[in-house]
Amino acid sequence: MNLCWTTLPQNLKLTRHGCDRGVGMNGAGIFGAIFARDVRLAWSQGGTGTMALSFFLIAVTLFPFGVGPEPQTLARIAAGVIWVVALLACLLSLDRLYQADYEDGSLDDLALSPLGLTGVAAAKILAHWVATILPLVALSPVLGMLMNLDGDAYGMLLLSLLIGTPALSLIGSVGAALTVSVRRGGVLMSLLVLPLYVPTLIFGVGAIDAAAGMTDALPHLAFLGAVTLVALVIGPVASAAALRLSLE
Amino acid sequence: MAEFLDMGGYAAFVWTAYGLTALALVVLAVSSLRAGKKARDRVEQLRPRRRKGQA
Amino acid sequence: MHRFANPAEFNRLADAILPWAKVVMAAAFLYGLYLALYASPADYQQGESVRIMYIHVPAAWMAMFTYMVVAVASFTALVWRHPLALLAGKAAAPIGLVFTGLALLTGMLWGKPMWGTYWVWDGRLTSVLVLFFLYLGYMALWRALDEEDKAGRAASILALVGVVNIPIIKFSVDWWNTLHQPASVMRMDGPSMPVEMLWPLLTLAVAYKAYFVVVLLYRMKLEINLRKLSVLSSLEVQG
Repeated sequence: MNLCWTTLPQNLKLTRHGCDRGVGMNGAGIFGAIFARDVRLAWSQGGTGTMALSFFLIAVTLFPFGVGPEPQTLARIAAGVIWVVALLACLLSLDRLYQADYEDGSLDDLALSPLGLTGVAAAKILAHWVATILPLVALSPVLGMLMNLDGDAYGMLLLSLLIGTPALSLIGSVGAALTVSVRRGGVLMSLLVLPLYVPTLIFGVGAIDAAAGMTDALPHLAFLGAVTLVALVIGPVASAAALRLSLE
Repeated sequence: MAEFLDMGGYAAFVWTAYGLTALALVVLAVSSLRAGKKARDRVEQLRPRRRKGQA
Repeated sequence: MHRFANPAEFNRLADAILPWAKVVMAAAFLYGLYLALYASPADYQQGESVRIMYIHVPAAWMAMFTYMVVAVASFTALVWRHPLALLAGKAAAPIGLVFTGLALLTGMLWGKPMWGTYWVWDGRLTSVLVLFFLYLGYMALWRALDEEDKAGRAASILALVGVVNIPIIKFSVDWWNTLHQPASVMRMDGPSMPVEMLWPLLTLAVAYKAYFVVVLLYRMKLEINLRKLSVLSSLEVQG
């Protein structure tokens, strides 16, 4: 069987490189190649990176128009608004996580690679988180300022997003994989995934509110981390199972 | 009887709750039965034709 | 007709169970409603509105129970590739959705006289609301994929991911609720409930469960026939 799996179409260099080396690219190499390609794609023209970032910024600025510009009101809802919008940005950018690879058939090749579908899913989830979500986290303090977030809460805003958002990518990946063969699967995907985001949202916002109210944020963070760990166990495996279905 | 229907002043809530429950359960049961009958009839319709075709 | 062998056996089993389940259902509903509406005392705090509890709490139990049925069916379908299990999940989901909706509606109607408002973000109501969304997602996924078998297995994966998340969701919502606890929320504590109130509750719970069995069996027979129909019509097309 021809395991020249690196027919990743958006990356001819990698393809040639992989095929030059022949069949024998090990799992770690493939993992790295997928990761690098997805990160690059996210930040190429029309990629999800800039779009998610712009969405994050614009959607948060809508809230002062909706609820009024009073600093106290904004400060009260700042943590919740930033978390909810980050969650939606994540959802929107996950929509087509697997779709391009599914449609052009490269997912079939990847499924046969020594990495396996679970590893493929893990690589793509990691790439999504690094390329699309980390920039959001980095931007979040600016949005905190716009929303008049309590001065004591900025560190916790970053920390809670860092610990919690991996769960969003991991769980969202399952939704993306389940709806990969559905045309306009984005709306369906939100229906599947949003209820599962509830715990992350609760603990993430809870940690920030606790820090702003000068109470102990540690329990919130611990539960937030636990949710992410559970998602880490389920996410890649369930995504791979869902992808396998659509490849049959 | 009037006292029973009045439910201590909570009639609107109690009877609405029981009414909605009854309505939902009956609608689900009846629609399941109807769809089941329709599907069964169509299976019966298709089957003899197939046998004839084979014969 | 080999591929129907299993369903035929199921149909025989279902036909054997159905009459009994119907008798239990009818008896439990009649006796339970008699107790709930007439023969039980009004609560000294809540007055007659406590009668809503007798249909609200069993509905909430059924909402959880049915999701567990869907999850077990999904697991069986995925691990052993059991076609009937797939159909059992599909048949059970609408029943669960109805019970979940009823738990929410009756909860709101009980909340208005008790809490003064139709909706409070009470821990229980909120987790039942999330459960309602999980049912919606499961059923939407079944409909979204054209190929019946794939749709079922995709929905099964979702149901299993959901069932792992249910305790986490429940816990997080309770946690969130105690942080934002409105002082007026009253709790119905199980053990302190007097026996006269426990009986109607349990009787109606039995009635709901029997109803579930009856409708589930009918819906599974329906799904089997729909399966047959798609096989028969494809044979017809092939000539």
